[in-house]
Amino acid sequence: MTITEQRAQSAQSTQTYGYADLPGLMGLMTGDEKHGPAATSTLDVLWVLYDRVLRVGPESADDPGRDRFLLSKGHGPMAYYAVLAAKGFLPADWLPGFGSYDSPLGHHPDRTLVPGAEIGSGSLGHGLPIAVGTALGLRAQGLHDPAVWTLIGDAELDEGSNHEAIAFAGPAGLDRLHTVVVDNSSASYARPGGIAARFEAAGWSARTVDGRDHEALHAAFTAPHPGRPHVVVARVEPKNA
Amino acid sequence: MDSMRDRFAPVVTRLLDEDPRVAVVLAEVGADRFGEALRRHPDRVVNVGIREQLLVGAASGMALAGLRPVVHTFASFLVERPFEQVKLDLGHQDVGAVLVSAAASFDWPAGGYTHMAPGDVALLDTLDGWTVHVPGHPDEAETLLRHAVAAGDDKVYVRLSLQSNAAGRPVDGQRFLTVREGRAGVVVAVGPMLDAVLAATEGLDVTVLYATTVRPFDADALRRATATAGTDVVLVEPYLAGTSTAVANDALADVPHRVLGLGVGKAELRRYGQFDEHLAAHGLDPRSLRERITRFTAGAVPAGV
Repeated sequence: MTITEQRAQSAQSTQTYGYADLPGLMGLMTGDEKHGPAATSTLDVLWVLYDRVLRVGPESADDPGRDRFLLSKGHGPMAYYAVLAAKGFLPADWLPGFGSYDSPLGHHPDRTLVPGAEIGSGSLGHGLPIAVGTALGLRAQGLHDPAVWTLIGDAELDEGSNHEAIAFAGPAGLDRLHTVVVDNSSASYARPGGIAARFEAAGWSARTVDGRDHEALHAAFTAPHPGRPHVVVARVEPKNA
Repeated sequence: MDSMRDRFAPVVTRLLDEDPRVAVVLAEVGADRFGEALRRHPDRVVNVGIREQLLVGAASGMALAGLRPVVHTFASFLVERPFEQVKLDLGHQDVGAVLVSAAASFDWPAGGYTHMAPGDVALLDTLDGWTVHVPGHPDEAETLLRHAVAAGDDKVYVRLSLQSNAAGRPVDGQRFLTVREGRAGVVVAVGPMLDAVLAATEGLDVTVLYATTVRPFDADALRRATATAGTDVVLVEPYLAGTSTAVANDALADVPHRVLGLGVGKAELRRYGQFDEHLAAHGLDPRSLRERITRFTAGAVPAGV
């Protein structure tokens, strides 16, 4: 069966799920309903964004005025696929095929295969520069309402391409640009002065919160930041603790 | 005569006026030429500073948002330095852009090897779906830039150079032109190499094809030319020698044939000076070309570069 046929066939079986269903959905990919902190480091951030912040759904996935979410940290995408399935972008019955030849769901996402995925990622340090361009492109077309979000990891910040984007976006005043850094202390060399300080030095608005606390995440995601791009550093359990 | 690059900003400024999808992304290089465009279209002319990964990444995001980005800097910083962005942010994301380079293989020899990019076209050959234009005259550059921007969401590379032929020809963004017809070999001259090839083959019984769009390669034109001129083929390219040897071989896969690929050598000269001196050092001046073409069409295996 081709991917297109698969999509057509499973379109009817699409349903939506809640936060409590996410471990079960991830289990369809991993074969286990219990997941360590590394596999779920992004889970709460993704859930709060898709459940309460992003103005995008399966029916508006091609709408020029939609909010964009660009998963830059494409490694370990089970939580992402689970949230996309929970929100009805893709059918849950795709999840068990995760990583197989006939599955659209790879260990790194491909935007041409995954409904709702704005970019393909896997090689680190690509999402934030692309998000900068997306924000520029929307602004150039008079689309001042859609928000652009990207999610990166704390170790991903090692990639120099991020620093090209961070240093540009602040002075350029890209206030529709938002970055979430999921900080599970996985960088070998912690950023001197902390992650938020790096962004603040470049003129960004910054909040640092508990990456498991849904109310704190929501407050940080929706904090006003006129004239400046906004970063939320979401701290979770250390990867190697 | 003005240069191809002198035409670039005025042409693209007009395209910005005509088409609301067109955007320009720069990394300082050439930004001074877009002052008027920036005043007229402040949101569609973006200078990201000296940040070439962001240059290509931002172009990808603009294309994802629905624009047609035109991206410009020196070839070494447009194709080589951010090559993974070219591969992933454009190719893998399945979006298009027009990459317009300057400085070519050695337009500024006094600048040294850091500003030379003879390998740009060969690198793009490792990727799928790129159209590559190599104009040989400012008029052709203008035509090919317009073709490139108008090519839907295609991935297009336009290689501008200070090296130029004396006269422009009516290029169409697709096919090779037949400039001279003979019966004892086909010489394909790419872009700025045409005048040197015409001088080198003066009085020789060879067909000269002129190529300004090298990808896709006009295999039909080459096959047609070999029908009367035979299947000894010489390629004269202004970038890395042998870049098009494989596609020429593929074009003639079902007939016995020989191909000689002439162009810029891989070895670093570690010389400064003028581009004429570099052309001679790589055996691309008319005299060296004539010698190598004659030896090859006479059946001898050429030695050297």
